Amino acid sequence: MIDYGLSEEQKILINLAKSIGEEYIKPYALLWDEKEVYDPTPIKALAQADLFAICIPEEYGGLGWGLFEMCLAVEELSRYCAGISTTYAASFLGAYPILLFGNKKQKEKYLPQIAKGSLCAFALTEPQAGSDAFAIKTTAQKEGDCYVLEGMKHWITNGGIADIYVVIAMTDPAKGPRGASAFIVEKGDPGFSVGKKEKKLGLRSSVTTELFFNNCRIPKERLLGREGMGFVVALKTLDYARCGAGAQAVGIARGAMEIALRHATQRVQFGQPVYHFQAVSHTFAEMAMRIEAARALVYSAARFIDSGAKNITGASSMAKCFATDVAMWVTERAIQMMGGYGYMRDYPVQKFFRDAKCLQIYEGTNEIQRNVISRELLKYYK
Amino acid sequence: MEKIIVCVKGVPEPGSVKVDPETHTLKRESSELILNPPDRCALELAAQIKERHGCRVVIISMGPPNAEKVLKEAYSYGADEMILLSDRAFAGSDTLATSYVLARAIEKLEPFELVLMGEKSIDGETAQVPAETAAILGLPSVRGVFEIKFDGKNWQMLRERGSFVEEVSFSGRAVIAVNSRLSYCRPPSLKKILEAREKEILIWNAQDLNAEEKFLGLSGSPTQVEDVFQKEFKQKGEIIEGEPLILARKLLEILKEKEILK
Repeated sequence: MIDYGLSEEQKILINLAKSIGEEYIKPYALLWDEKEVYDPTPIKALAQADLFAICIPEEYGGLGWGLFEMCLAVEELSRYCAGISTTYAASFLGAYPILLFGNKKQKEKYLPQIAKGSLCAFALTEPQAGSDAFAIKTTAQKEGDCYVLEGMKHWITNGGIADIYVVIAMTDPAKGPRGASAFIVEKGDPGFSVGKKEKKLGLRSSVTTELFFNNCRIPKERLLGREGMGFVVALKTLDYARCGAGAQAVGIARGAMEIALRHATQRVQFGQPVYHFQAVSHTFAEMAMRIEAARALVYSAARFIDSGAKNITGASSMAKCFATDVAMWVTERAIQMMGGYGYMRDYPVQKFFRDAKCLQIYEGTNEIQRNVISRELLKYYK
Repeated sequence: MEKIIVCVKGVPEPGSVKVDPETHTLKRESSELILNPPDRCALELAAQIKERHGCRVVIISMGPPNAEKVLKEAYSYGADEMILLSDRAFAGSDTLATSYVLARAIEKLEPFELVLMGEKSIDGETAQVPAETAAILGLPSVRGVFEIKFDGKNWQMLRERGSFVEEVSFSGRAVIAVNSRLSYCRPPSLKKILEAREKEILIWNAQDLNAEEKFLGLSGSPTQVEDVFQKEFKQKGEIIEGEPLILARKLLEILKEKEILK
């Protein structure tokens, strides 16, 4: 409803994402979900449409746009399938560490590939280190001109389908959180392998796997930033990526509301479309308000980050937490507004509902986001 | 490899078609034009060749000035140049007169390796232009092609021939009518869409093409359209009502009457 004063280029981007959604995603999304398969076709289409080039600088073959534009694309794609938008957005999660902390050589090597659509993955989580990220056990020992990685990661989006992995590992476990470092691992590196693919409640067209590092030897030039900066890289990356999760949530919520609205205005019970019953129409009014509020917050946070602001943690946490809670609420209500039709797997709202659940969990659970926000709050109101 | 030429057409948006009662031809200026959908398949194969061999892709289209939007859309699928063939003298052209104009433009674009076209347009549906253009140029034509490979010397193409697939191999140049049922056509590229906004469209008229007037427009068109009319659908659904047993009997009667069941 609200006009955000988008530029002509931004409108072109949204229209392009929409046309890709209509042609390459919408007809197949339920099938992918049902079969729990990853289809590379829509990702190939997104790559050929230059949508992986959005926030890569022009000198590396990108468009040189920002996080805000990435969010616009993610939001639009999420209206069609959040599994596909997860593959897409998680690739930026893997690309941001290189974009933010890569040296010239690393940028020259990887960013042009990323702009062309080579998928990336970000590997932080381990079985014993979820919300407690500092508990990671994967190690990286320096041996001559190499680092040798040992350990495993799990629940890694784009595991196996990505070409480029950013892996956080302990270079000096004695130093605790300050002993972690970030590395670029490439598909095919010796000692690097991909484990089992997880079976999920939602986001089933995306790939989530384990990663194994067994005497995985990589050149020392693959270190991102300096030794000991691992969690700085990880947390800064997540500051950026959380807006993407928020944009996904806005897209899912919009998609679910649109489907339910079409149903409610057509479904006749007691002689009139159910939308005319106040219990139904007020629910839609509530959905619309929450979606607009979530969108305003995501857009503001993304623009704030693009402005070069320093203290972005609180803003991006708020955008992620609020928008994903809205997506969960809206998708649940969308099912209710469609009654039995909403519950049937012939209709996509139940998929949106299952997809939305993950957004409250990944890229930092919403409980952790509230911890972050409350901690940040004290910096502003002393 | 130097150049691949792709011929595209702006067709009226389905549902917006108006017919000129005098000439019995479609009034193209009056309707919103879209890129002829089968042409997207030709643009896809051209983009694939460009990716592999690094040639330039030049798009040409004969049409009224409002076809510029169509050319820019075609450009966004990965082309390098756009040329609009536009002149009042071209109005009312049938497939032969159109092919003549396209052939003149293609000759002017020498040297080139291949000419690609969608196999038909969704307005006229004659599928004659690729073969006629090839004949005027004195080149062979291959139709129904859905895969093109080039080994540096020979073209290898796969084409659909009714219920089977034929492998065609040849050296030299040809006009290719691309199959409309490619399994995948790429989306437009964002960079190309943005670039197309500023990119100039070259416009060639009859004089630029050294085209002879007698081959142009209505005078160059041997096709005489006797009548153009809106097709009426006289068959309509019939609703029969009653008890299930009676309904079944009635249905059986109808099916026998129509000789669907014997």
